[in-house]
Amino acid sequence: MSFYDIFKEMDYGDIREALADKSKNDVITALNKEKLTHDDLLALLSPVAAEFIEDMAQRAHEITRRRFGRTMGLYTPLYLSNECTNSCVYCGFSIDNRVGRVTLTVDEALREAKVIHDAGFRDILLVSGEAPNIIGIDYLAEVISRLREHFASIAVEVYPLTTEGYSRIVEAGCDGLTVYQETYDEVLYEKMHPKGKKRDFIHRLETPDRGGAAGVRRIGVGALMGLGDWRVDCAFLAAHASYLTKKYWKSKISVSFPRMRPAEGGFKPLSVVSDQNLVQAITALRIYLNDVGLVLSTREGAELRDNLVRLGITHMSAGSRTNPGGYLVEPDSCEQFEVEDTRSPAVVAKRLTELGFDPVFKDWEAV
Amino acid sequence: MYKADNDDILVINGREFSSRLFVGTGKFSSTQAMVDAVKASDSQMVTVALRRVELDNPQDDIMSALAELPILILPNTSGARDAEEAVRLAKIARAAGCEPWIKLEVTPDPNYLLPDPVETLKAAEILVNDGFTVLPYIHADPVLAKRLQDVGVHAVMPLGSPIGSNQGIKTRSSIEIIIEQARVPVVVDAGLGTASHAAEAMEMGADAVLVNTAIAISNDPARMAHSFMLGTVAGREAFLAGIPAKRKKAAASSPLTGFLRD
Repeated sequence: MSFYDIFKEMDYGDIREALADKSKNDVITALNKEKLTHDDLLALLSPVAAEFIEDMAQRAHEITRRRFGRTMGLYTPLYLSNECTNSCVYCGFSIDNRVGRVTLTVDEALREAKVIHDAGFRDILLVSGEAPNIIGIDYLAEVISRLREHFASIAVEVYPLTTEGYSRIVEAGCDGLTVYQETYDEVLYEKMHPKGKKRDFIHRLETPDRGGAAGVRRIGVGALMGLGDWRVDCAFLAAHASYLTKKYWKSKISVSFPRMRPAEGGFKPLSVVSDQNLVQAITALRIYLNDVGLVLSTREGAELRDNLVRLGITHMSAGSRTNPGGYLVEPDSCEQFEVEDTRSPAVVAKRLTELGFDPVFKDWEAV
Repeated sequence: MYKADNDDILVINGREFSSRLFVGTGKFSSTQAMVDAVKASDSQMVTVALRRVELDNPQDDIMSALAELPILILPNTSGARDAEEAVRLAKIARAAGCEPWIKLEVTPDPNYLLPDPVETLKAAEILVNDGFTVLPYIHADPVLAKRLQDVGVHAVMPLGSPIGSNQGIKTRSSIEIIIEQARVPVVVDAGLGTASHAAEAMEMGADAVLVNTAIAISNDPARMAHSFMLGTVAGREAFLAGIPAKRKKAAASSPLTGFLRD
């Protein structure tokens, strides 16, 4: 069994209708519950919940403080390559974009990692496009095993691997995996991903299952906000995270809310997700899933991020470069998307302290 | 003013503690807030998650701040999913110069952090044989507590309710049995949400309590830490004084039939 079995029982159109049918009473009922059902979550994601946004924020804040304390996990991405065989219409790395392609050698990756380490990070996320012939398992395993002595936690956000592939990199020292489904709308998904292996919706959907089966400790899922209907995608995302929490009960599950950003290729988001929408998504998921990590990247601006840290977010990236070599060895290579919060890690950490959060650079001890 | 008897000393594996409140260091808004709370708690035993600190870095914020205080740092194996990982973490701490005391936590479920009894017992035996002073975090299971004492642990730490839940002592009847039958100190750990919960544990006859979340997330952690100190002392004093048994009927302090001699 995989998440696909649950996915098949859910229908994108039906959920959209259910969301539209929710009443204020449904929202009030949901907010008065200790443990919410998926149907209660729909009430919180529905348009009528907008006027309860302050109540939702207070509740999300209280739950997060109780479950996670006054701390904020910090990490930063290390882009290994912008080579990609896919043609995702919204992504700067799409094979259809005529941009300079860069792949770091293992030594270059280590030099980049040193900059990240010197900034204080012990939690690093390795990112690449889907180019298994260039960024193969052997390459990933080598980078990971070389980074292992310097970083307490190493996660990957590369292309979907097989269970065996995940086992290899877990063995090398990888403890985290992030993979975004982008959208749970199968029809739209097909349009957005016209070429490459990523066309296989189910293969991507089952990626967290393969990682979980391989014993990856931290599994992150997400949907691209601005592609499908964000309310419906969040409903699926929550179901996905809930399923993973139960099935891979030894793994910590997290959810990301990447909003679409300008990128090479000039794709415009299909729908506008406002700040208020983003807050509704974050707080609804926190109220429904008390224990999942909620992750916020530098796609969002400094001011908004400073406000969102109190609403349920548990992990943030900081000082990110989204191009391979961006920290040192190839600063002008093509980036995946434009970073909005350009503050240095030190400035972000200082700001978190002012806001009453302990910035946590290390929260794991690889053994 | 009445002065309490200060010979009331808690002894764990030969080491003496005059405070019966242990505190944790997670979830605080800053290292300074944590240090202020530890000081206000008067605690002499402070637990630190190995996952959070860089043991090979002498400038590590948390460890260097705690090194200044008159406390025993009790490293914990938080995050370990099985016995093997817990044992490795304990050895890393000892190799880095920590005293060989370990709060054994084997919590494969990263959400409720409930302890795995099978792996805890396995790890406890290995660590005891390796010379560690072992304080295992367990569910309030009297038989497991006995099995752990059989392999030589130096205290047991049953949970009052799920960690971080602030629900107080929901496992009361099992903890009572553990206390009644224990050959080592019993430290009630996890779930204590306010000072009266600490007092309740001590009145039940627990040897100590461990508190973290309730202090760390309160609006004034140092003040909350102080309140837990007072609650712990109050409960212990009541226990030592001998708590009168509860009766169904009122018992007058000046009986009406006192004149009936013989």
